[in-house]
Amino acid sequence: MTDGEIKVVTPDTLLGEAMKIHDQGWRLVQICARALKDGAGNEITYSFGDDLIMAHLRLTLPCEEHVTSISHIFQTAYFYENEMHDLFGVQVDMMTVDFKGNFYKIGAETPFKK
Amino acid sequence: MAKMSKSPWVLHYDAASCNGCDIEVLACLTPVYDAERFGVINTGDPKHADIFLITGGINEQCKDVVKQLYDQMPNPKVVVAVGICACSGGVFKETYNILGGADQVVPVDVYVPGCAARPESIIDGIVKAIGILDEKKAALKEGRLDEYEAAHCKKKQQEVEA
Amino acid sequence: MSTRSIVPFGPQHPVLPEPIHLDLVIEDEKIVEAIPSIGFVHRGLESLVNKREFTEYVYVAERICGICSFLHGASYCDAVERVMQIELPGRAKYLRTIWAEMSRIHSHLLWLGLLADAFGFESLFMQAWRIREKVLDMLEASTGGRCIFSVNCVGGVLKDMDASMLKGFVQELDKMEIQVRAMEKTFLSDATVNNRLRGVGILTKQQAHELGATGPFMRASGINRDTRKLGYYAYGDLEFEPIISNDCDSYARCEVRIREIYQSFDLIRQAVAKIPDGDIAVPVKGNPDGESFVRVEQPRGEAVYYLKADGTKFIDRFRVRTPTFANIPAMLETLKGCDYADVPIMVLTIDPCISCTER
Repeated sequence: MTDGEIKVVTPDTLLGEAMKIHDQGWRLVQICARALKDGAGNEITYSFGDDLIMAHLRLTLPCEEHVTSISHIFQTAYFYENEMHDLFGVQVDMMTVDFKGNFYKIGAETPFKK
Repeated sequence: MAKMSKSPWVLHYDAASCNGCDIEVLACLTPVYDAERFGVINTGDPKHADIFLITGGINEQCKDVVKQLYDQMPNPKVVVAVGICACSGGVFKETYNILGGADQVVPVDVYVPGCAARPESIIDGIVKAIGILDEKKAALKEGRLDEYEAAHCKKKQQEVEA
Repeated sequence: MSTRSIVPFGPQHPVLPEPIHLDLVIEDEKIVEAIPSIGFVHRGLESLVNKREFTEYVYVAERICGICSFLHGASYCDAVERVMQIELPGRAKYLRTIWAEMSRIHSHLLWLGLLADAFGFESLFMQAWRIREKVLDMLEASTGGRCIFSVNCVGGVLKDMDASMLKGFVQELDKMEIQVRAMEKTFLSDATVNNRLRGVGILTKQQAHELGATGPFMRASGINRDTRKLGYYAYGDLEFEPIISNDCDSYARCEVRIREIYQSFDLIRQAVAKIPDGDIAVPVKGNPDGESFVRVEQPRGEAVYYLKADGTKFIDRFRVRTPTFANIPAMLETLKGCDYADVPIMVLTIDPCISCTER
């Protein structure tokens, strides 16, 4: 992948792509969710880095659909995935460490959800 | 007994602050401002403390911590809200997770505004708190601390209304 | 077999200026596992982009953290500028570089003080903070604020520094360097300090890469990466090499940060020598539309900002991945197997900034 590239993936192809990136020796930089307008779900951006190059995988996820965690491939992903679950209500399956909604103990439920 | 106000021990807790006021609270006690030379000591133990410095607004998770720390402090005790976030919630007031200033959970005696509050004004606030600490101690001795607190509260309310 | 017990650490703890809570699973005196619990400082300020206009949000972005305040504000502006395709004037780029490096000096000295406090060396703590006040004086003289400066705006900076002020700062920094060198001797050669830091909290190069560590924490494990090498602001014109160490322990982290202070002195000198004349800001018209990723090297490591705007005066989404957020998983790993008494030092060696992390 080249610097700044954004590759669109689906929930089915996400794990395969993440695996490929991991095997090339890249690291996970961040995972970020963005709520789409009118409750159409969330757009999730996975960013990976190799030295100073950064590239992304992008996934659009309707509200009711679940996504499988990449924390079995990139150990630290559970941190971002728990955050995403608490703030955006993204349903992530099979996280290595699941805080079950207690990552941020906040009053409002999924405040970023639209 | 020597006057407690000669060497007040302060407890500092960062509620939901941005760190700005926290490092300024520490700057008060380190060289240049150095309130420690007058006997003000920063303690980590609420049971040793006389003055409670709260920085930052109160959020859902830290409100119980602040309450607990306040309850653990022995009487007489004075609470100082440092920085505009601790006074009212400040720039974060409109976010979903900030309930407001420190007075949402504990009675505040001195408000120190500023973003971040400057060391000079924090020291001013502590000096003011020392005065209140003496008054509270006298009231406690005479067994009328509750009465004093109630009157103090009323006075503050009037000030706010005015 | 010895029994396991759980000892809570934090949120209010004498060595922590900020609240974080760890449940430490210990076996005798050894840590087996550490389970974090965060969110004590969570304010939800990313949601404020929908309530503040994009030009006003700079002031909220600066308050993500009071220590790295300048770079948060500058990077937010940078993200908006990239979306709007605004090219900054050269002088503004250099001014941002100078303030960013001053913030780094202030942050690293602050950390050195807190580290000294964590291993019980009170007078060294005071020394570090005494030297730090000099940088704060310079920041106050040039911006008006000690922690939060509010000198950034979309399209440039709000304040300028004249030639005599810059010259004065360089002279002041020369004096500071002598003081830091004197203090360095204690940090790096004193036997008691060495006893507390050497061999404590090993993070191997492999672990640092896999766990996504960043900043001085990662460079102390032998990975040669510094986001400043991307050449944002004026860093492309300045000469510097990332500072690394191969020792992988707490001592290495301390050494890397001390050497980074000298590097910052040098970068400011270079920037002052090269700073061009001209405007400090360009006017901004219209609303941003598009998305951008910005990466900067903060005192604590690489921060990643994501901004998505949809053509209105309110930004749709602004996200900050701060260095401490990336460093916490690696810290939890290094805690395993260390002595209970070393926990405060271990927590401090990543230079945790909790209010950055939780936003």
